[in-house]
Amino acid sequence: MTTSKTEWPLWEIFIRGQHGLSHRHVGSLHAADAEMAIKNARDVYTRRNEGVSIWAVEAINIAASSPEEKGQLYEPSNDKVYRHPTFFDIPDEVGAM
Amino acid sequence: MNDPLFEFCCRMGDNTLVLGHRVSEWCGVAPVIEEDIALANIALDLIGQTQLWLGLAGEVEDAGRDADALAFHRDVWDFRNLLLVEQPNGDFGQTMMRQFLFDGWHLAMLKGLMTSSHDQIAAIAEKSVKEVTYHMERSSDTVIGLGDGTEESHKRMQDALNVLWPYAGEMFVSDNVDAAMVEAGIAPDPAALRAGFEALLADVLGAATLVRPEDDFAHKGGKNGVRHSEHLGHMLTNMQWLQRAYPDATW
Repeated sequence: MTTSKTEWPLWEIFIRGQHGLSHRHVGSLHAADAEMAIKNARDVYTRRNEGVSIWAVEAINIAASSPEEKGQLYEPSNDKVYRHPTFFDIPDEVGAM
Repeated sequence: MNDPLFEFCCRMGDNTLVLGHRVSEWCGVAPVIEEDIALANIALDLIGQTQLWLGLAGEVEDAGRDADALAFHRDVWDFRNLLLVEQPNGDFGQTMMRQFLFDGWHLAMLKGLMTSSHDQIAAIAEKSVKEVTYHMERSSDTVIGLGDGTEESHKRMQDALNVLWPYAGEMFVSDNVDAAMVEAGIAPDPAALRAGFEALLADVLGAATLVRPEDDFAHKGGKNGVRHSEHLGHMLTNMQWLQRAYPDATW
């Protein structure tokens, strides 16, 4: 006999709000498989007309950085102001960027 | 007999009203929150369709009754819904089996109504068919998932089918109201929808490893209002309580 799971796996849900925008993480939910995750996402996260596209990713498939590594990952960029394009004069004709 | 068009609109609207109320009874108590929200969405779709159907029934009747008056000021013998939709929720599996059986009929009926000679009816069907296509997807997936699931879920789904099957036949019984609708090009003949329904059953029940009961005995009396089951009166007591205690209350 196969072992039976009592909980459905967790899925992370990403919704594209309008054409042209990127998918944004909106939350998570439980579902037995990918198809059901999309359906549940439709019911949980798009009932007020929020979306035109849904992505569902099983949460265990997301690789995440560890908060403990923040020193080595992020601090080296603190003193590298030259990476910000703030030293250029933008001509007025270019408009807002 | 009442105007057949009024009767027909009441049948459509009472089906969606009674099933919508039944499904809403799961709000807050469904097995998981995702299903809870999905069921509430389905209930709201059905209540929205009810406003259209009973609103049209009121216009056709032209006696000053609107959708609210028809929903909350009629008693059980004036309801024209199928017996299937007034059956109690039972367990989650029974609710989803009832939904699947109804969706199979409902979707086929709405598709037929999209080419109705009556413009308002064609418009209601056009709007509803998108919602009901989704209901159908969800209920058939669930019937398959639970039917072809564990030993326990399989047994419960087969039990649900056995309990509800005697209420499925009424969906395809045609009477003189239906004949008048066919004659006027307003609606398809329910009896003609049976073959498509059987094909759907073969597909979904096959995938769900469930067995279609052989005995086609069918309880009747819902859609013509002759004999509702005892459950409808209890449901209406609950649903109509506020309007009965405080007639025409508003907020």
